[in-house]
Amino acid sequence: MAKIPVQFTLNGAEKAEFIDGGTTLLNALRDKIGDTSPKGGCHQGTCGACSVIIDGELRLSCLTLAETCNGAAITTTSGLSQDGVLHPLQRAFLDAFATQCGFCTPGMIMAAKVLLDHTPDPSRDDVVEALSGNVCRCTGYEPIIQAVLTAARSNSQNAA
Amino acid sequence: MAIRRGRGVAAINYPTGMNLGGDPTQALVHSTPTGNFMVTLSSVDLGQGMKQIMAQICAETIGVPTDRVVVDTADTDTGPHCMGTFASRGTHRAGNAVIQAAREARQVMLEVAAEELEVNASDLETDGQGNILVKGAPQRSISIFDVALSAHFKRGRSISGRGMFLIPRSYPEKETGAMKPSTCYAHACTVAEVEVDDETGEVTVLTVKNVFEIGRALNPKMVEQQLVGGSWMGISHALYETTEPYYPDRDHGGTDFNQYLMPGPGDLAQTEIIVLERPSADGPFGAKGPGEMCANPQIPAVANAVFDAVGVRIDTLPITPERILRALKAQASN
Repeated sequence: MAKIPVQFTLNGAEKAEFIDGGTTLLNALRDKIGDTSPKGGCHQGTCGACSVIIDGELRLSCLTLAETCNGAAITTTSGLSQDGVLHPLQRAFLDAFATQCGFCTPGMIMAAKVLLDHTPDPSRDDVVEALSGNVCRCTGYEPIIQAVLTAARSNSQNAA
Repeated sequence: MAIRRGRGVAAINYPTGMNLGGDPTQALVHSTPTGNFMVTLSSVDLGQGMKQIMAQICAETIGVPTDRVVVDTADTDTGPHCMGTFASRGTHRAGNAVIQAAREARQVMLEVAAEELEVNASDLETDGQGNILVKGAPQRSISIFDVALSAHFKRGRSISGRGMFLIPRSYPEKETGAMKPSTCYAHACTVAEVEVDDETGEVTVLTVKNVFEIGRALNPKMVEQQLVGGSWMGISHALYETTEPYYPDRDHGGTDFNQYLMPGPGDLAQTEIIVLERPSADGPFGAKGPGEMCANPQIPAVANAVFDAVGVRIDTLPITPERILRALKAQASN
């Protein structure tokens, strides 16, 4: 089968790949490009571990065909730290002990980032709603909710 | 038809590890040429933090900062034997093995330092910062870095140690069936408050108050993390999770996250965690196993709370709306 060319930016860097038709963005990112920060949990859109940000919106990369991403700007968790300094969300997840096995963490952070990008000062209910598509086995969610609220506060302090 | 409120309490004793052929775990510790210490294990860190705890235990025993210890759990083919990470046994079993191995390595380290300082090894102590000092004369000292270099390149010594933990195997008594499955028990008590809708059978957990007695908390923040997650998991077991809802009939088992249910971030009960520390006699620095243990007391507490709310005893897990409604129907027809 003929390969399909696809071009997009990943965490600000130009990427161009030839992929098989029907390749999910998740598989393209992990297997072709080598960004393994999005995780393949259920491969059917029910766990959120594969979440990435496409043109500012939270998307499930396991349900997104890579060939539909031409020209898109894609952000993954591996692109969040700058010059070795963790993103406030990453810092807050560490400080709040909001990760154990870590498999859900990149998806959680992506969901939280989209929330904070649109709603810099979220309520607890906003955070719960934003994380409701992401499954976690270890933490009981509360440390994750607290981490997102802490990151929002530290963002607003930095902005002030 | 009404929303009815109930409160339930339950307490558990929970064995740390089990009597599986003595439940052994072994560990090896050795120093690198620059005086860092490697702990080699087959025990697996699933995210519960075993690597951090084993690094702390090794560092405390040898007398170096925790960041001087690297824990390698890479390969169960090549590492020393471990029964596995389950039954709340990791910290207790592997920790005891690491202490024994680290003590042996420390002894070699002190012997090499004694040769360098021309004193008896028994007159030496560590400062916890990477140095070995003569007791009462701390100006006479040598860094562990230099001791390791000496051992490797001058004295021809291996700063290393072997450790293992094995409890006496206990067979059941023929007459009574009594046996001693473990040498160490953690304890917990939970009070759960629920609301039960007697029209839909739905249960909402309002509050969960847990007290856990876990020996000594070797890393209090990680213990708290484990207990918060475990309390949530207990609620999940009580009300949601099953692979075979009509066991032994396998029909209608959940096959994905749409059908295999767990409480999400919007379903959290207000949760309280209290830790009691009663150091265990045979645990590493008094630790017991807080892992699997901490997801248990919520289950009978919720079952009791449901009984308190609507007067039916659900003795099959999970306590689904269907089971509650069937029990209410049976109760009404009696």
